[in-house]
Amino acid sequence: MNIQEVIRYLKEYNGPELRLMEVCGTHTASIFKSGIRSMISEKIRLISGPGCPVCVTPTSYIDRCIDYAMKDNHVLLTFGDMIKVPGTSSSLAEAKGEGARVEIMYSPFEALEKAEKNPGVTYVLAAVGFETTAPIYGLLIREALDRGIANIRLVTALKTVLPALEWICANEKGIDGFICPGHVSVIIGSDAYGELAHRYQRPFAVAGFEPEHILAVLYDLVHQIQMKKPVEDIHNLYTNAVRAEGNPKAAEVLHQYFEEGPAMWRGLGVIPGSGLYLKDEFAAFEGGSRGLETDRELPPECRCGEVIVGRIDPDQCPMFGTGCTPTNPYGPCMVSAEGACGIWYRNR
Amino acid sequence: MCIAMPGKIVAVEGNKAKVDFKGTLVDVHVGLIDAKVGDYALVHAGCAIEVMEKEKALELMEIFEGLEE
Repeated sequence: MNIQEVIRYLKEYNGPELRLMEVCGTHTASIFKSGIRSMISEKIRLISGPGCPVCVTPTSYIDRCIDYAMKDNHVLLTFGDMIKVPGTSSSLAEAKGEGARVEIMYSPFEALEKAEKNPGVTYVLAAVGFETTAPIYGLLIREALDRGIANIRLVTALKTVLPALEWICANEKGIDGFICPGHVSVIIGSDAYGELAHRYQRPFAVAGFEPEHILAVLYDLVHQIQMKKPVEDIHNLYTNAVRAEGNPKAAEVLHQYFEEGPAMWRGLGVIPGSGLYLKDEFAAFEGGSRGLETDRELPPECRCGEVIVGRIDPDQCPMFGTGCTPTNPYGPCMVSAEGACGIWYRNR
Repeated sequence: MCIAMPGKIVAVEGNKAKVDFKGTLVDVHVGLIDAKVGDYALVHAGCAIEVMEKEKALELMEIFEGLEE
């Protein structure tokens, strides 16, 4: 096959309507930037999934972070994505305007130097992410222990993708195939999806983020569905970064420092075993991450939860672009750079 | 959130490496990979999460060749 043949196949597809979920927000962003939606048949619908960790984090988590940022001798470190997400009464950005100490980090390792230089200040990290990011927090704890740094805490909203995908397979019958999240797959490996694909008989394929990667994976999924063969193995179309077994060093670090527990996903509810929490032996670094399951009641018109599971497209929400915009967001899907609503809004 | 960028490893010292992103040198933790000077590493949030072995063009060519007809 060459790329022209792939594009022609996807444009001319005229079978039953297919709903393919791109699980990861970075894929959603790339699909919009490259104009892929306009290059394929209207019968292939691309559904954005729950793969933006910021979008699925409940408001009680933001509230906990703000509480730390308002405390004397504490600084809250966060990735930029989180700063405008609304908590119960304000966002981290708004709290900062009222005197909270909130700093943007680009890497969790920045905390080490800050904590060493300022031993009287406790640095609290808003540790949000999936399997891609969790091992990095494990390394951070390892480095802090090695260097004798005690003034670091993690408030974790670390989640694993497979339990959420299982929830979607069990509860959202209308998804015909999945584009697996590329950089989560780097850590967990393409084989990790095999059991789900086999049990629910839906194809899963791993893809990178270039437009060519996405066209290839769409072709692969549509072709697999058209062939009507039993789903057996996972097709890996991101071979440059993803191994069948994943990155064993990263998995080892992850399991050394973290254990599984229940976690709240906006739109999906509490999913057992989908959260990652510091083990008891590292409790000195724990900032109170468990049990943050309360979500602010959003306005009745806000359909963030339905967007996250792909039940509706963002522009089907009555608040989209009117009551809810990136500068004045209600739901986190509109806030995050990888949230489906924000991506749709910026590319409409 | 899970964005990662490939860069070339130009120096390694223990768990730390200097990685070249189109001319900009960045300090990167390499505790999750076996880092060697000259390799391309996929970097997320200041940490290398995997070694990339092939040129991008070669990878894409292999992917398209591998698609079933």
